[in-house]
Amino acid sequence: MSSQIPIQNRLPKTYPISKVKQETEMVKTITFDVSFGARPGQFVMLWVPGVDEVPMSVALDDGKKLQVTFFAVGDTTRKLAEFKKGDLVGIRGPFGTFYEWSAGDRLALVAGGYGAAPMYFVAKEAVKDGCALDVFVGARSKKHLLYLNEFGKLQKTKVHVSTDDGSAGLKGFNVTLLQQFLAEVSTPRLRTGSTADAVDRVFACGPERMLLAVSELSHYRKIPAQLSLERYMKCGFGLCGNCAVDPLGIRICTDGPVVKNDLLRKITEFGKYHRDSMGQKQKT
Amino acid sequence: MNLSQTILGVKFKNPTVLASGIWGITASSWRRVARSGAGAVTTKSLWLKEHKGHPNPVIISTEHWTLNAVGVPDAGIEKAREEIGDYMKDHPVPLIANVIADTVSNFAKTAAEIARLKPDFLEVNISCPNVEDEFGKPFACDASSAADVTKAVKAVSGKTPVFIKLSPNVDNIGMIADFCASAGADGFTVINTVGPGMAIDLRSRMPILSNKVGGLSGPAIKPLAVKCISDVYRATEGKFPIIGTGGVLTGEDALEMMMAGASLIGIGTGIAYRGGEVFRLVTEEMEDWCEKEGVKKIEELVGSTHKKLRIDN
Repeated sequence: MSSQIPIQNRLPKTYPISKVKQETEMVKTITFDVSFGARPGQFVMLWVPGVDEVPMSVALDDGKKLQVTFFAVGDTTRKLAEFKKGDLVGIRGPFGTFYEWSAGDRLALVAGGYGAAPMYFVAKEAVKDGCALDVFVGARSKKHLLYLNEFGKLQKTKVHVSTDDGSAGLKGFNVTLLQQFLAEVSTPRLRTGSTADAVDRVFACGPERMLLAVSELSHYRKIPAQLSLERYMKCGFGLCGNCAVDPLGIRICTDGPVVKNDLLRKITEFGKYHRDSMGQKQKT
Repeated sequence: MNLSQTILGVKFKNPTVLASGIWGITASSWRRVARSGAGAVTTKSLWLKEHKGHPNPVIISTEHWTLNAVGVPDAGIEKAREEIGDYMKDHPVPLIANVIADTVSNFAKTAAEIARLKPDFLEVNISCPNVEDEFGKPFACDASSAADVTKAVKAVSGKTPVFIKLSPNVDNIGMIADFCASAGADGFTVINTVGPGMAIDLRSRMPILSNKVGGLSGPAIKPLAVKCISDVYRATEGKFPIIGTGGVLTGEDALEMMMAGASLIGIGTGIAYRGGEVFRLVTEEMEDWCEKEGVKKIEELVGSTHKKLRIDN
């Protein structure tokens, strides 16, 4: 950890929404004509004046505009889903760690549900660095699949799809697809126990149960993985302690949300419980 | 240079203390802060029963100041038992348990429960400025009320030393400290956050904090904290240990507070400015300064400004 905190905007300022796109029945993408210099995997705090402020993964920051994709599931996101072009939303950030890769890497990206949004941001940037991508997109059903068209347009990117109900792609989980894929690409090297040449890194963003499976699989295959962990956040820059995890005591807003698998595996609450706004343990 | 001190029978390896309300919700977090070099850790304020805080935004910050109206959320005594019980198993650095309540009798009930868990000190939060809508003026704003809470807590705290956390938002902090001292306080934490203050977003014309107002902390409040520490030290004739808190970012800030009268130095918002390493950094900066200036024992600095003033006068 460096002794100086990188530049972040910690005081929210409102910006008008410049575009609203309905992605699926419950999911929207909103665009702001402002850049926060966010990297893929980082988050911003979105403030809906008079309602609440919530952490949101950045779906895109191209130096000119910022996008977030959200699922209208809680009070704040439902209110935000009613917002139209021109409505004001407060933004501060960017906060937290980001996905890291090297130029020319072969990457496996695992995206569950609206985790597809930050993964698309990763994909878009990684392709610029000459990376080859296999993207494993999973959702409940065909109509809940996100960013398939966008992924499909990227160079050197192969998209693998799964749905819980089988309405598109494999019926089942995207981790099953990842498992099959890793088995195929790594077969020749199984004897050495290394698949490093086949896939350089696995990145994942999605529900915690999916992350747990990706963590186990990547560990078993000895492939470095980076996974985005979600915890209840208030300040976003390490003061309130609400997102500190057991038993390490590290704060997911500063040492996460993107956590390397070696570190993640030391977080014993991972896959088991998280804490609510009062610090009380809640089963995951 | 060894910065260790023994205060009211408790040994501190260095004067830095994690201030209440910051990071410290769980045993894991206290251990993490201890590993990063803090001399002691303070829990977030503990309630008898669960208490919901305010909706977000609750903490906002600039390079000069931080405003918070988290609203003192806590899951109640069961969680405190679990977390403190866990921490006390290995107890890497002293634990200061901060308690809060809405009435004098609830302060006593909470303190009694927490004292049983054997923290090194109890710290009594009678000075939070951002729950006024819920509970009215803090006890720390009135000398008699502050003394009443002190007396009630002292009656149930057994051998655990009791520190009263004072508010800077008064014109007589010295007198309030003196009242608490007479009521049995063993030490003081000076200061809680300042204000409250307010910040407004221009386009929406709305206050940013959901609670509209919040306690001010960060570098901007350090001179106020130094003055309050000095007032309390003088009013209590330097006989009571003070945990000086408010805007400390560097070793020099900490040394200044010690000269004003603090024995220990609380760091909270400083984490936002220098990261979790702030405890180690501040300690090293204090050591460097003391070595260069020929300070033999850190205790000789405590209240040294007052001694200097007496000699000069």
